[in-house]
Amino acid sequence: MDSTRGRIDLVDIALSFSKPGKLPFHVLDGLNLHVAAGEIVTLIGPNGCGKSTLLRVIAGLLRPSGGTATLDDTPISGPDPRIGLVFQESRLLPWRTVAANVGYPLELAGVSRREREEQVALVLDRVGLSSAAATMPGQLSGGMRQRAALARALVLEPEVLLLDEPFSALDAITRDRFNVELLELWGRLRTTIIVVTHSIPEAIFLGDRVVVLSSRPAHVVAEIPISLTSPRTIDAMDQAVVSSAARTIRAHLDEDAA
Amino acid sequence: MRSSTLLSVAGALAFLTLWKLVVVVGGYPDFILPPPETVAVRLVEAWASGQIAPHAAATLVEIGLGFAAGAALGLVAGYGLGRSALVAKVFSPYLVAAQATPILALAPVLALWFGPGLLGKVVIAALIVFFPVAVSTMVGIRTVDARLLELGRSLRATRRQVLLTLEIPGALPSIFGGLRIGITLAVVGAIVGEWAGAERGLGVLVNIARGSLFDIPLMFATLVTIAAFGVVLYLVVVLVERRLVGAR
Repeated sequence: MDSTRGRIDLVDIALSFSKPGKLPFHVLDGLNLHVAAGEIVTLIGPNGCGKSTLLRVIAGLLRPSGGTATLDDTPISGPDPRIGLVFQESRLLPWRTVAANVGYPLELAGVSRREREEQVALVLDRVGLSSAAATMPGQLSGGMRQRAALARALVLEPEVLLLDEPFSALDAITRDRFNVELLELWGRLRTTIIVVTHSIPEAIFLGDRVVVLSSRPAHVVAEIPISLTSPRTIDAMDQAVVSSAARTIRAHLDEDAA
Repeated sequence: MRSSTLLSVAGALAFLTLWKLVVVVGGYPDFILPPPETVAVRLVEAWASGQIAPHAAATLVEIGLGFAAGAALGLVAGYGLGRSALVAKVFSPYLVAAQATPILALAPVLALWFGPGLLGKVVIAALIVFFPVAVSTMVGIRTVDARLLELGRSLRATRRQVLLTLEIPGALPSIFGGLRIGITLAVVGAIVGEWAGAERGLGVLVNIARGSLFDIPLMFATLVTIAAFGVVLYLVVVLVERRLVGAR
């Protein structure tokens, strides 16, 4: 992956939902965020602060009511194949096999069956899911389903990968393993990754930088760079920088709640 | 033999025994309630002699065409009702009113309009197939997981792709619920249509057997044929459903 591509710039983003006869509901306001190409950034903030909404703005699923969102200097005007999205739930089509689910984006893009099969095999191998290619999603564990969802997001070879609390439904051990794997994957692909999480340790473990959002309407209250040795392992979480970063993040979150 | 098959056989035997018992205990003559063996003999005879076959063929064509037309229109209407609140609001009252009016009361009017031929029966059958298919399609389309639709949007699926890869597969289990009801109603519609005026068909044969022929075992044999058609056609729909909805 060309590491000069996949830069996200959000300038003065505002978003409010309005219904006739009701006061507008402000979700994002004056939000600025710059993510460099190939950077991995985690977003953390109070419950319901609009983290997922922000991710949908970047994914082009929601149009901001103010400000500009750009990918490599071009405005994001709608869903873009250069941006891959992994939802909180796997959202696999229950009537398709894992391979057919992973190939779904290619199918929609009109890629031929043969080419699809090749690329699906490649990406399934990359997430360690080759043996489950012919399985129906209903027979997979939650962790395997999220793996398949990740493979589906990767199959279009996006420059930016957005993950919306992708592991929140998994148990702690599976989650740790997935986070390690995600970093390994990132090490190889060097795509820009933005992860929304509500776990402070997860935010620190994954992020080059942890971005703390305020409660609604959300804006960035702090950006905390994490200087952990690379490659990161779960044991790295015992380092002193981690606890000090966690303290800083918690302080910002508490301050906001007060 | 599996235990479920055994149970089915036992149930059929119990039914036939009960039938025979009623005839014997009640002492009914053949022209009120013939015993099962008499009906069975008459059924085989009538099929062998070609007395039932032409009528059965006519009815089968009416059922097939009526079901196909009613189901096709029901699918399209159900989709419209499911996707647009406005369409649902404007058209629902007419749909329900048409369904609430007994088909028996409507049949003579439809026979008057569409004539005593095939068309009249097809229209009547289609009309009663339409409603359950339309409603089940509407419900199916409305319950398609909105999160999957958002996924489709994030992957820039076209309107057509959304329909073919998300909405139809998502609504299919519900649609088949409607088709199962629809196929049995198609049989009812064809017979009712024939009663309102026809030259051929199993409904006509029931009337002839009871009237001019006064052959009550034949009448029962015809009724058994009609019921068997219903069961077999229903099973065909279930088989198609298994194939399409399959393992999820």
